[in-house]
Amino acid sequence: MQVVRSHQSHSTFSSSTGSVSASPTLPLYRSAPELEVRLEDFESFAVDRLRVLKGISDGLSRGKKPDEMEKLVNELWKTNMRHQDSSQVLNKDIISHFVLRLVYCRTEELRKWFLSMESALFRHRFRNQTAEAQRAIMEEFDLPCKAVSNAEFESLKEKLGQVARSIGHNHSLPTADAIYYKVPFEEVPELVAGRKVFINQGYAYVAMNQVVSLVATIFRSLLSKALILTNRKWATSIREQEQHRLTPIVEALCSSYLGPDYSQPKEYGEISLKDIDQLAKSSFPLCMRHLYEKLREDHHLKHAGRMQLGLFLKGVGLNVDDSLAFWREEFSKKVGLEKFEKNYAYNIRHNYGKEGKKTDYTPYSCQKIILSTPGVGDHHGCPYRHFGEENLRAALSRMGVNSRAMEDVMGKVRNRDYQLACTLTFEALHAAPCDAGINHPNQYFSDSQKLLKAKKDSSA
Amino acid sequence: MTRQGAQEESDNMLIDEPQLPQRGQIAALPDEFNPSYLKLYYSKLFPHADLYRWMSYGNDGKHPGCDSSYLVRREFSYTLDNDIFVRYNTFNSAAELENSIKEKCPLKIDIGPIYNLNPANRNAYAGDNVLTPVERELIFDIDMTDYDDVRYCCSGADVCLDCWPLMTVAIKVIDTSLRDDFGFRHILWVYSGRRGVHCWVCDRKARRLTNEQRAAVADYFRVYKGNENSNKKVTLMGQVLHPFLARSYTEVLKEYFETKLLTSQNILSSEERYEKILDMIPDQSIASELRAKWQDGRRSSSAKEDINIVRWEQLKQLVQRHKV
Repeated sequence: MQVVRSHQSHSTFSSSTGSVSASPTLPLYRSAPELEVRLEDFESFAVDRLRVLKGISDGLSRGKKPDEMEKLVNELWKTNMRHQDSSQVLNKDIISHFVLRLVYCRTEELRKWFLSMESALFRHRFRNQTAEAQRAIMEEFDLPCKAVSNAEFESLKEKLGQVARSIGHNHSLPTADAIYYKVPFEEVPELVAGRKVFINQGYAYVAMNQVVSLVATIFRSLLSKALILTNRKWATSIREQEQHRLTPIVEALCSSYLGPDYSQPKEYGEISLKDIDQLAKSSFPLCMRHLYEKLREDHHLKHAGRMQLGLFLKGVGLNVDDSLAFWREEFSKKVGLEKFEKNYAYNIRHNYGKEGKKTDYTPYSCQKIILSTPGVGDHHGCPYRHFGEENLRAALSRMGVNSRAMEDVMGKVRNRDYQLACTLTFEALHAAPCDAGINHPNQYFSDSQKLLKAKKDSSA
Repeated sequence: MTRQGAQEESDNMLIDEPQLPQRGQIAALPDEFNPSYLKLYYSKLFPHADLYRWMSYGNDGKHPGCDSSYLVRREFSYTLDNDIFVRYNTFNSAAELENSIKEKCPLKIDIGPIYNLNPANRNAYAGDNVLTPVERELIFDIDMTDYDDVRYCCSGADVCLDCWPLMTVAIKVIDTSLRDDFGFRHILWVYSGRRGVHCWVCDRKARRLTNEQRAAVADYFRVYKGNENSNKKVTLMGQVLHPFLARSYTEVLKEYFETKLLTSQNILSSEERYEKILDMIPDQSIASELRAKWQDGRRSSSAKEDINIVRWEQLKQLVQRHKV
C-alpha cells in the first residue's frame, strides 16, 4: 500500500486484493493491497472503520443477541463505510482494515480487542453473503471439511435432527438436500462449546447455516498471525521510517478510542489501607463492593474474584506492599499466615509484574467483567448481569439506591443494558449526572472520588 | 495436580522427625505420614520406568522418527520439605529422572507441559515470553466440593459412600463422551488423593489442543450455571435434548438418581429439602399442588416405601400429566 500526498491525484486502482477476491463485496484481507492512498484518507478511513468496531464493542458488552447484532452491524457499516464514489467502497474497506492493523498490532491487549471486533464484523458480513459467495470464501480458506456422503447422512439423520431441534432450528431439519460438512471438532470450538453440533469420534457435523462459525474461526486465526507479523514489522522498521508522517497518526488513532486502561495509576500509594473500608462504601461500584464485602465476611475469595478485585485495587492506587498487607490481613484469618505467604502472596506480586514473566496486568473493564462466567462459590462478574433480580435489588438497596431509581435501574437490567444500569446507580448515589457512562470500574471510582472531593472542597 | 489445586488444600500432614522403622517396631508405627517413608516409597514402589515410558510417548530413541529432544522439554516441578517449590526440572533419560526423584524425595511432583525448547535454557534467549508450552495433556479436575450444594451427607473435604456416587456419575458421563463424541482413547482416571478425581487425556490430538479448544470441550460438558447470588439452574432449552445429554440421562443419570442418590441423600424427605426441588419446577401450579400434598407429612398406604421414592413418583406423574 502506498500513501501519497493529497496534491498528487490518486490513480485509479484495481479493486483486486492482490489475489482475486472470492467474494465481490467481502474482502478477506489476506495480503496488503497494491493501492495508493491519500494521506488524509489514511486517517479518515481508519476513523470511520473504528466507529464501526467501537459500535460493535458496545453492542457486545450490552449482551445483544445475534440478530440484534446483525442489525447493528449493518447500520454501522452503512452509516460509516460509505464513499461518494461507489467504486471506492471496497478500497475504503480494505485500506481502513490495514491501517487499523498498524494501530492495533502494538500490544497484546490491543491485538485482542481488534481481533475480537474484526472477527465479529466479518462473521456478520459473511452471514449476509450469497450462498455462492460463501462457498467461494470457504474454498479460499481451504477448509478441511468434506460434505457428508449420502450414506453417512442416512445413518446420522436422526441424531442430526435431534441437535437441530435442541437448538430451536426446527425449520432446518435435515432433509435429503441438506448439506452437512464433517470437520474435526477442533475447527469449530464455538459450536462444540454451545452443543450446537452433533459430534462423533472427534468429528463435528456442521449444518450449512453454521458454516459461519467455521469460517469466522479461520478468519480469526489468520488475522491473529498477521497481527503478530505486522507488529514485528512496525517495531523494526515502519515506526522509525514513518516517524514524521504516519506514526503520529497511528499512535493518536488508538488512544482516542479505547479510553484509559488504568494500568498506570497516577501515583501508587494514593490510597492507604485504612481508607479502603470507607472508600468501598462511598466509591466502589457494586461489583467490587460485593467482592470486598464477601472477602471481609468469608476471609477468602476464589481466584477469579481475587483477580477482579485485586487488579481494581491496583488501578485505584494501592501499591504492592499495601496490597499484600490487605490480602494477608483477610486470608490469614482463614488459612493462617504461613499458608498465605506460601500460596497467595506469589500471585499478588505476579499481578504487579514482580514475578514470573513480569506482565503488568491491567484492571478489567466492564466489558470483560460482564463476559465472565461465575460459578458455584464465585463472587466475581457483574452483579447487574449475574445476580438474580431479588439479590440485585437487595444489594442496591443496601448501597442506598432509592426506590424510584431502583425501578429505572432494573429496567435497564431487564433490557440487558448492564453498564447503563451501573451508570444510573452511580447517578442516584451521587445525585449527579454521569454523561460519559460507566465502562470501567476504575472510572466509576475516580469519577466518584472527583465528585466527593469537589463537594468537600465547596462546603469547606 | 495443578498448582492452583495445591493452593486450596489445607496442610494436614504431620511432619515428625525422620525415624526409620526398626525391626520389631513395625507394629508400633503411627498411622500417619512421615517424610522418611518417601525414601522407601521412591525406592521400592514408585513406578519410575512406567512414568518415563508414559512421558516419552514413544520418543525413547529406539526407533527412527524419535524426537530425542522430546522428554527434556517437559517440565517437572517438585514440592520439597519446608514447602520449597522447585520448577523447571528437566531430564534427559530415565535414569536421570529416577535418580532425581530418589535423591530429592519430593512430597509432590507436578507434571508440567512440553515447551518449545528445553526450559533449562530459558534464560539463554533474549526477549520476553520465549518459552511457550506446545503440548499438554487435557486434564479434568473434579472436586467433591463442587457438589456441596447437592449433597447433605458431607461438605468440604469430607467424602463418604453416600456422596461418592456423584463422582461416579461424573466419571461415567465424561468418560463416555470423551471416547464416543471426541474420539479420545488414551484416558487415565486417578483418585486425586483427597476429595476428587483427575482425568488425564493423553492422545496426541488432546495434547496439542489450544486453550480455546480445551475451553470448548469443558463448555460442551457444562450444564449448571449460577451460584448463590443468582438462581442456580440447569437451563435446557429446545424441545429435545442434544444427543450427548439424552445419552447421559438414559445411560447413567436416571438410574443413579432414582436408585441411589434420591434415597441416600434424602432429597425429598423434609420441607427444607423438597422446597429446593419444587423451586426448580418452572410451572409453579405443579409445585403448589405437590407442596399441598407433602406439607402435612401424611403418608398414604405405602408407608413402607421410602418417602423420597414415593414423592419422586408423584412429582413425575404430575409433570407428565401436565405435559400432555
